[in-house]
Amino acid sequence: MRQGHKLPVFILLAMTVIIGGVFMLGGNNISVLSPKGFIAFEQRQLIMFAVLLSLFVIAPVFLLTIGITWHYRASNKNAKYSPEWDNNRYLEVAWWGIPLIVILILSVVTWRSSHDLDPMRAISVNKKPLTIQVVALQWKWLFIYPEQGIATINQVRFPVDTPLNFELTADAPMNSFWIPELGGQIYAMSGMSTRLHLLATQIGTFRGVSANLSGMGHASMNFTAQASSLDDFERWVADSQQTRQRLDMNAYAHLATPSLNNPVTSYSLLNDNLYQSVINKFGPHTHKLNSSNDGSM
Amino acid sequence: MFGRLTLEAFKHDPITTGGIIGGLLSILAIIVLLTYFKKWKWLWREWLTSLDPKRIGVMYIIAATLMLLRGAADAAMMRIQQATSVGGSHGIISTDTFQQVFSAHGTIMIFFVAMGFMFGLLNLIVPLQIGSRDVAFPFLNSLSFWLYIAGILLINSSLVVGEFSAAGWLAYPPLSGIDFSPGVGVDYWIWSLQIAGIGSLMSGINFLVTIIKLRAPGMTLMKMPIFIWSVLGSMMLVLFAFPILTATLAMLSLDRLLGMHFFTSGGGGNAMMYINLIWAWGHPEVYILVLPAFGIFSEVVATFSSKRLFGYKSMVGALGGITFLSFIVWVHHFFTMGAGADVNAFFGIMTMIIAIPTGVKIFNWLFTMFRGRIRFTTPMLWFLGFVMTFTIGGATGVLMSVPAIDFQVHNSLFLVAHFHNMIIGGVLFGFFAGLAYWFPKFTGIILNERVGRLAFWFWIIGFLLAFMPLYVLGLMGATRRLDHYDATLGWQSLFIVSAIGGLCIIIGVGLQILQIIVSVFDLQTTWNKPLLRSVGRTILIKLDSLVGKREFDKTGDPWDGRTLEWSTTSPPPFYNFAVIPKVNERDAFWAMKKTADNDQKPQYKDIKLPKNTGAGLFVAGFSLVAGFSIIWHIWWLAAVGFIGGLICLIQRLSDDDTELTITVAEIMINESKEHA
Repeated sequence: MRQGHKLPVFILLAMTVIIGGVFMLGGNNISVLSPKGFIAFEQRQLIMFAVLLSLFVIAPVFLLTIGITWHYRASNKNAKYSPEWDNNRYLEVAWWGIPLIVILILSVVTWRSSHDLDPMRAISVNKKPLTIQVVALQWKWLFIYPEQGIATINQVRFPVDTPLNFELTADAPMNSFWIPELGGQIYAMSGMSTRLHLLATQIGTFRGVSANLSGMGHASMNFTAQASSLDDFERWVADSQQTRQRLDMNAYAHLATPSLNNPVTSYSLLNDNLYQSVINKFGPHTHKLNSSNDGSM
Repeated sequence: MFGRLTLEAFKHDPITTGGIIGGLLSILAIIVLLTYFKKWKWLWREWLTSLDPKRIGVMYIIAATLMLLRGAADAAMMRIQQATSVGGSHGIISTDTFQQVFSAHGTIMIFFVAMGFMFGLLNLIVPLQIGSRDVAFPFLNSLSFWLYIAGILLINSSLVVGEFSAAGWLAYPPLSGIDFSPGVGVDYWIWSLQIAGIGSLMSGINFLVTIIKLRAPGMTLMKMPIFIWSVLGSMMLVLFAFPILTATLAMLSLDRLLGMHFFTSGGGGNAMMYINLIWAWGHPEVYILVLPAFGIFSEVVATFSSKRLFGYKSMVGALGGITFLSFIVWVHHFFTMGAGADVNAFFGIMTMIIAIPTGVKIFNWLFTMFRGRIRFTTPMLWFLGFVMTFTIGGATGVLMSVPAIDFQVHNSLFLVAHFHNMIIGGVLFGFFAGLAYWFPKFTGIILNERVGRLAFWFWIIGFLLAFMPLYVLGLMGATRRLDHYDATLGWQSLFIVSAIGGLCIIIGVGLQILQIIVSVFDLQTTWNKPLLRSVGRTILIKLDSLVGKREFDKTGDPWDGRTLEWSTTSPPPFYNFAVIPKVNERDAFWAMKKTADNDQKPQYKDIKLPKNTGAGLFVAGFSLVAGFSIIWHIWWLAAVGFIGGLICLIQRLSDDDTELTITVAEIMINESKEHA
């Protein structure tokens, strides 16, 4: 029992060493903390704020745990012992009150950020947004550019500093569409359409992830997201429009059959209504999620 | 004749086959040992047919421990796979096996480990702590236990016959629907949970009624031990949450079996409904598990600080608040489904509000130690480990309750790290503390401290090593359930650290089992058999001297306890209390010890207790048959199982002769023996 009082210090020490070491190993490719897009940047600021705020509760808990267990160890006969002391109104008020204040602050931040960073809300920048329709298939991502009349597999390209309006559905098990460096994820579900608004602030190639379990090909169902200059993007669009690969309902039906590790491919789009037809496959009962409150609060 | 069941169902890959052979050999070993020592009759009379909650509790804990080993083996496979399956290498198991393994891991750990430990401890302690001789419905209790065992047998038979679900531990449709999962895996998942879940619901009702109706005279609600309050909250949650699970599983199986459209994307169904329903059960489930753990910590801290629990009323209020709030936060499991900002913000704020009563509980525990005399026993170590890890888990939980942040960490390993932080640091550490704390009560043996401490250190270091890397991996964009990833991502080193942590945890589990062995058996004399001597008596003797002397609890009160369970002998007589105690104060036994008016002669009365019965076992056995045959579409056998179960139940319910009376004379003889 002699070592008992050193215990919390040991636990704390082990924690610090391990957590510190782990962040070192993570190095500088912690994508959520090194954002390349407007939404991801805002989300990182929020994470930092919430961590700092929670330290107001964590720090006292750790310090009190160490202090109290050290001082009131049974072997310390100098410590005061009052076995019947079980109530103190001021202390109770303090620890109902302080967390309450912390949570109140966080609640206000939560309410605001939930609306400001709502994935369904369009990013208000003075620039024409680019609409990209996304279909999660088994096991690849189909990106449809209705205005440009092209489609791609497993690669999405867009100009930098341009608001991106993603519309998402699935013709497969539910999935989740996530580009960590650009911002949060949203589910893609069959028979309905969800929305996600992002904006890349830097040119670069980012990792795109299928974040929800979707069956055997789940782990390899990644895509690349490429933000380029407007000129580069337009050149790429023009090239893709010239491609001999055409996407019509027949080609789509073939594409929708399960397959793994599909290479990046571009198509010219023959069917303007492809996205809606994919949703309509699931019958007349399909839902369109909150299509009316785009950008309004 | 055999539905979908063909010889194909018995073909497996090498690792699964190894697991099956290992499992079958251990079962065979148990059968041989029981036969060799002629213990079958004893097993049947004393244990399998027993309605004594103390016996049922021990059986729950043994089953949960076995399932912990199964779940840990699954975890080990996942950790090894993710540490090795990088770039050109594809690790040790196939994608299909990997997905079955993580689905089984989650299901087994929650339903059969955590729930098993919880109901085990409840059976052992609740009647004793409220000064009762039994639970309200003893037969129902035995039936619940055997349904839990039927669930265990069903989920583990998926290893041998067929396959398990690869759709994750909550089996979201459409992936779990018949189109994407045509095999028997999801059906195994449905029916093992359905059978065990009905058992849990009945147990919930049982303990709720027990606490409300069977408390010792004088124990008003505000004089109940805080553990009992926590169980009351938890059982209310069981009562409201488990019917949702039953209904949801029923609908999913109707979709699969009869082509209905509750959750399909076509035909008017909607998978979002399933996700809402399963979490309307799933979130309260977390609190069903963690509330009793909070209760255990409250008892442990007060006892080992030799001081009254600080802020009892506050603690009761906090428990009530958590119980209520836990039902209005379920949407935080799927902010990313696109419910809209108002809905998400509401559920986010409700979630973070839970942090307030939880924080209050932590401060109250800390101030219970304040001006106390803290003894650092193993249960206290678990408590301190809990405070440190649970606080981190709580903070990351609050982080994720902000919807805008959740969008960036949902479905990532950050989330995985968070809920292991809560379930291991909160629930499991709590149950380990409870087990170490009450072990002397139900066995009369004090668990070995040296090995217990060592086990704790392996657990806490292993826990940190295994899960802290996952937080960082999540922030690096690593999603959960990946059986393979690219080498360029730079994740491997962290996954290897995590695997080392997993290894430490497994050593910790091994040490806990060793702890029980060295505490219960006298290695030198009991095991002094020719066979064992030849394998390594010297090792046994070394081990024995290393761990020190065995300790027994002869007083019934080894920790200077405060509540009623410590007022009876260890282990308690089968009727718990010869005379039902009268309660005047909150810490009833502490108060009795102080006033100490033991001069009065006890006034014995006849005691009525339930007779043993195998009916619960038979009903559960038939349910197992029914479940298995529905999975394999063997309809005639399903009918046999269903009707057989029904007949057993009717037979039992029409039996009027279910109680036996223990006369005053018998009690007096027994009591003089106990106190000799």
